[in-house]
Amino acid sequence: MSDLVQSAVVFEGVSKAFGPKQVLRNISFAVPAGQALCILGRSGTGKSVTLKLLMSLIKPDQGKIFVEGDEITHMNEKQISTVRRKMGFLFQDAALFDSLTLYENLALPLRRLTGKSQEEVDAKVDHVLGQVGLQGDKQKMPASLSGGMRKRAGLARALVLEPKILFADEPSSGLDRITASEIDELLILQKVESHTTVIVVTHDVHGARRVGDRFAVFDKGDLIAFGTAAEVEQSEHETARKLISEY
Amino acid sequence: MKPIEFVGDVSLFAARAVIDFFRPPFEAAQILRQIAEVGAGSLPLILASGFALGAVMTFHTRSTLVMFGAASMIPTVQALAFFLEIGPLVAGLLLAGRVGSGIGAVLANMRATEQIDGIESLSIDSFKFLVVPRIVACVVALPLLTLFMDCSGLLGGYVSEFASSHISFNLYITRAFSELAWSNFIPPTLKTSVFGFIIGVVSAYFGYTTNDGARGVGRAATNSVVVSSLLIILADVILIKFIFFTFPDYAL
Repeated sequence: MSDLVQSAVVFEGVSKAFGPKQVLRNISFAVPAGQALCILGRSGTGKSVTLKLLMSLIKPDQGKIFVEGDEITHMNEKQISTVRRKMGFLFQDAALFDSLTLYENLALPLRRLTGKSQEEVDAKVDHVLGQVGLQGDKQKMPASLSGGMRKRAGLARALVLEPKILFADEPSSGLDRITASEIDELLILQKVESHTTVIVVTHDVHGARRVGDRFAVFDKGDLIAFGTAAEVEQSEHETARKLISEY
Repeated sequence: MKPIEFVGDVSLFAARAVIDFFRPPFEAAQILRQIAEVGAGSLPLILASGFALGAVMTFHTRSTLVMFGAASMIPTVQALAFFLEIGPLVAGLLLAGRVGSGIGAVLANMRATEQIDGIESLSIDSFKFLVVPRIVACVVALPLLTLFMDCSGLLGGYVSEFASSHISFNLYITRAFSELAWSNFIPPTLKTSVFGFIIGVVSAYFGYTTNDGARGVGRAATNSVVVSSLLIILADVILIKFIFFTFPDYAL
């Protein structure tokens, strides 16, 4: 029970299949509050599914998932909605609403979910866009943003409700090394300054080692290694050792 | 998907939309935005189609009515045809093509690009935010668009008739409405709300429930148009029988 209280996120024997394909098999791990977990693995091993399970965008077939001590597995939509207020999600392609400007993308959740006045909403949007270096672009439509700007805009939207837990799905995919590094810096800043729990799915080992305190390595639906970088480097699984290695 | 399963799924989808419409928050801003998109966006198509149909119909009916010495009936026939059937049905089918495909494609694209997941991740009910306003917009906009279609059809008929007989506009309008009662006008116009509901529900269903990436976008758009159009024609037959029963004066 104390594990549940101290952990931001707990996976307990979680399995998930899509039709005949078993994507996750009896996965268990816990992420302490305020730490960063990086999930590594080859393509199609269930990393993004893990994030969607944590957001309760999909339900597990078996097992339990806890977020800040609350079991979310059997919650209804209204209860889930309350738990999601604690979370922010940076999607792989940012998933900004393409019919709204950048400002409207960020103002929408503030207007709907907080009691903030128009001035407070404006100030919050400006502040968060300033954090990600997009304060001059708030009237732009998502389609007119570059890949790196979209990622930063997606991060800004994920942070606008000041989440306690931040999920990021491939935050550096499709970006050059410098822009990817800037995104990593923003994630580190969020963890250090706001004590946000960060869970990142990534293929970028260099970035993962900068951001992550712990690492989970998935292979064919199984969690084959979990721990610090040093612990994963000593794993008995060759795939885990290769994935955590920078060279 | 089996037909019975499909009917069940769409019915549940429609029932959820109706229930969610009466639950707060009421999404007034989204509904107004969608009414503008559906209504104002479709107006040029409706006006142009109505005008052309009106003109063509007069070309076709004129020679026959003149043969029977009933040329003065042309405006009346034109008005009855448009207000009773052509206006509502053609407006419904045009909207199924333009708006139905649009709703299906937009929602399917939002699903494929994770925008719907993005909305859910922000604790916003994506069904209520995206689906309900689009259905309401179709229900509200289609009767209004039908009125525009009826009027532009009459105008097209007048221009066509003026070219042949130089009839005055006042006389044309007087004759057009001479045989038209409210019971010929209100029920057929209001039945287009049912067409709007069909377009909104069917196209939103295909768009919202797809899970097939980019391929699903095209399929959702096509299915939205085909199924909406078929259901509109089927509903038209049933609704006309219902209107005959409820408003006996409607039957000429």
